[in-house]
Amino acid sequence: MEYRSRVPLQAVLLVLLTVFGVNRACSAEAQPDLGTVVAGLATTNFKDKQAAVDRLVQLRSDSARAVLAAMLDGNLYFRREDNKVFIATAGDTTLALTDPVTAKAAGTGNPDDFSKITTNNSLRKILKSALAGFALSDPDARVRLAAVNEMLRSMDGDNAAILRERLKTETDGEVKKALEAGLALADLEDTDPEKRLAAIKQLESSLSPDVYNRLTTLTTRNDDGTYVEPDERVRVAAVKGVSYIDSWRRFYASIETLFFGLSLGSVLVLAAIGLAITFGVMGVINMAHGELMMLGAYTTYVIQQAMPAQIGLSVLIAIPLAFLVSGAVGVLIERGVVRFLYGRPLETLLATFGISLILQQIVRDVFTANNRPVETPAWMAGSWQINEALSITYNRLYVVLFMMLVFGILLVVLNKTSLGLKVRAVAQNRSMAKAMGVRTEWVDALTFGLGSGIAGVAGVALSQLTNVGPNLGQQYIIDSFMVVVFGGVANLWGTLIGGMSLGVVNQVLEPFAGAVLAKIFVLIALILFIQRRPRGLFPQKGRAAEG
Amino acid sequence: MNQSPVSSPLLKIMLADRGTQIFLVLLAVLTIAVPLLHTLPESSALGVSGYTMTLIGKYLTYALLAIAVDLVWGYCGILSLGHAAFFALGGYAMGMYLMRQIGTRGVYGDPILPDFMVFLNWKELPWFWSGFDMFWFAALMVIVVPGLLALIFGWLAFRSRVTGVYLSIITQALTYALMLAFFRNDMGFGGNNGLTDFKDILGVSINAPGTRVTLFIASCLALALGYLACRYITVSRAGRVVQAIRDAEMRTRFLGYRVETYKLWIFAFSAVLAGIAGALYVPQVGIINPSEFQPINSIEVVIWVAVGGRGTLYGAVAGALLVNYAKSYFTAALPEFWLYALGALFITVTLFLPRGVTGVGAKSASKAAPAKAVTA
Repeated sequence: MEYRSRVPLQAVLLVLLTVFGVNRACSAEAQPDLGTVVAGLATTNFKDKQAAVDRLVQLRSDSARAVLAAMLDGNLYFRREDNKVFIATAGDTTLALTDPVTAKAAGTGNPDDFSKITTNNSLRKILKSALAGFALSDPDARVRLAAVNEMLRSMDGDNAAILRERLKTETDGEVKKALEAGLALADLEDTDPEKRLAAIKQLESSLSPDVYNRLTTLTTRNDDGTYVEPDERVRVAAVKGVSYIDSWRRFYASIETLFFGLSLGSVLVLAAIGLAITFGVMGVINMAHGELMMLGAYTTYVIQQAMPAQIGLSVLIAIPLAFLVSGAVGVLIERGVVRFLYGRPLETLLATFGISLILQQIVRDVFTANNRPVETPAWMAGSWQINEALSITYNRLYVVLFMMLVFGILLVVLNKTSLGLKVRAVAQNRSMAKAMGVRTEWVDALTFGLGSGIAGVAGVALSQLTNVGPNLGQQYIIDSFMVVVFGGVANLWGTLIGGMSLGVVNQVLEPFAGAVLAKIFVLIALILFIQRRPRGLFPQKGRAAEG
Repeated sequence: MNQSPVSSPLLKIMLADRGTQIFLVLLAVLTIAVPLLHTLPESSALGVSGYTMTLIGKYLTYALLAIAVDLVWGYCGILSLGHAAFFALGGYAMGMYLMRQIGTRGVYGDPILPDFMVFLNWKELPWFWSGFDMFWFAALMVIVVPGLLALIFGWLAFRSRVTGVYLSIITQALTYALMLAFFRNDMGFGGNNGLTDFKDILGVSINAPGTRVTLFIASCLALALGYLACRYITVSRAGRVVQAIRDAEMRTRFLGYRVETYKLWIFAFSAVLAGIAGALYVPQVGIINPSEFQPINSIEVVIWVAVGGRGTLYGAVAGALLVNYAKSYFTAALPEFWLYALGALFITVTLFLPRGVTGVGAKSASKAAPAKAVTA
């Protein structure tokens, strides 16, 4: 029975639709052509003009849209002698004419022979919403979204009607959401409190600042002490809605902070990881590590200068080259200075500090002391708008990804290659490794080169985030030391966790304490931390670790 | 044998060590000659201008700072990369006293508040500025503030057995944190600009020739006293333990000495010396600002000591004077060259001159051999 009863209903609907469809097709046929309608605009009577505009709107063609846009901009004229309408742009003394029907240039004219087709407030309003209506039926969803947002900014009954109409046929999810939010916002003005209540319910899930402001106003009082919103239930709902939105916003803000912290932490990990490896294997701190990063950043700059047309590619090329440049300088430092100071870590610290001064001065002499501009490739610019409360800039995102890549490669190198095996052996017990036939000198040089090369790679990343100048290394060196102290040496995971936590803690503290105080707190916390764990989070175990 | 207990160790020090004798004689000559020559007209060949005398006075305060570093590094094996922080703290304590002496002569003419506080719209003096209008209090703070900081920091660091490179990095972090803190305007120490525009010290104008001579002689005396105190410590029983810690910390601990206590007190004493040096530095230079906390300053002090020869004390003085003279000369004559020279100095001294310049050709002079290897 059920099944049967449905069939006629559908049939009825079908019939109805057909009838209406035909009806609309008929009316379309009955419509006059563009030329006649446009000619109707050549009048000074606003009522007649409005009628003409209405007919134009119904035409729904691109030419009609162009005419309406010209009219809104005050670029529509008619020739006095024959009342012919033109789209015209005023030059110095003449008007450049365009035929609205054919959209072709129609020569120039003397301004004295033409009258502008003027508009008034109500007409402009009609024109605006009509134009928005055109945009609403654009095949491109982005254009539609822009149009919806444009219309939401000046919401009135007409616009609401247009949008409601659109909502029925809209297919794109994004546009649909914007439409629903906008309409709910309009419903807040409705005289029916039930409708307002429903609107609030719907708006709760929106993060747009417009919605937030609108709901907040509902909870305030007028100057005379009465509430802006007369209905108490609506007020309560509004308060609830505001606090609900607030909690979501806080949630997204903390996600953003967390992400900032992770990206800062990634920079720190990149800067510190090479340092941690050399420290772990050789027991020396390379004070020139920061300058090796600086060299990596300058390598990026030089390559960009060499291939200015290929900025996106240049950064990718810079990564292996910076590794080679800084790695080579690192091997040179090890062979030239560090190996003679074996067993004297404090002297190594001083000697490498001397090297850092020399490297800085060389860069000053070659590139001048000014910062060098390093361009950001297009694919790294901009940000990823996740929702209205949360957006993530691409360069930060790429730094996190890049760090993970470098970290992964290092993990493989240290754990799966024979070099890695030897490096770990020397780090654990140098004399035992030597006794087993590991050429520790060779391992030292390669380790130093590896650590330095990673510093160079970190420099490429830094060139995309900060200014490239002779002091680049100095800015990060103390922070990277802290990461090493915190995470422990010769343990990649320690560096990772150390760098990430320092980055996140810094970012979390920053809003409360300011950037400088946050840094000071972190340093003090670190000094207290090493009370508990003097050798970092992941200390090396065994007798070799005892100093 | 009949000498009083006070003079007998002093005499022992002076007779024991050729380097000390030479150093004390040279310092005495300097103390007397420079003020005397200063009375000559500047045009004469031997005349010493007020500028030169103040410059030498500045170097002497650096020398005192270098002695402080040598005491902890050369004798105890603690490579502090943060001693400039203690120097600057002493300087700030003195600077605060000098600031309060300006009184109504500041740009804003406020009788109590220093100019920068008026500028920042502060209504009253922060609590930590009270008392600094009295010289004795400021002088006490010159000793107490760096000493206390060193005690707390040292207690935390040594107790958890942070040694070697780790300790160096932590001290560097300390001075870095202080630099960041002092750069903040809210801290109440003049922020970026620091403290300057001093007028009086102990009721006399700070720029008067007599004051400059007095400050110079005070620097000489402080250096001499600091030197003797350090020498006294190093030849004392405790000093021998300290050197044992430098050479074999574990073994010393196993022999039953409280390594941490020795380290802590020598570190704190060294910080006090650095603070006094800073307090003498500020009235002669006329300014103290947060850049004194820069990590590079502390590292430069270490290189003075290394150049002069560590573990000798007089070597630290020689190194401080030598490097600073070279710095003054080169930064004026060949500014680009200075960083190369300084960098090369770091490398050559560590590679080829582990005993510094005073260690060359004076093998017998230093009884206390520099550390062979300070194991991390």
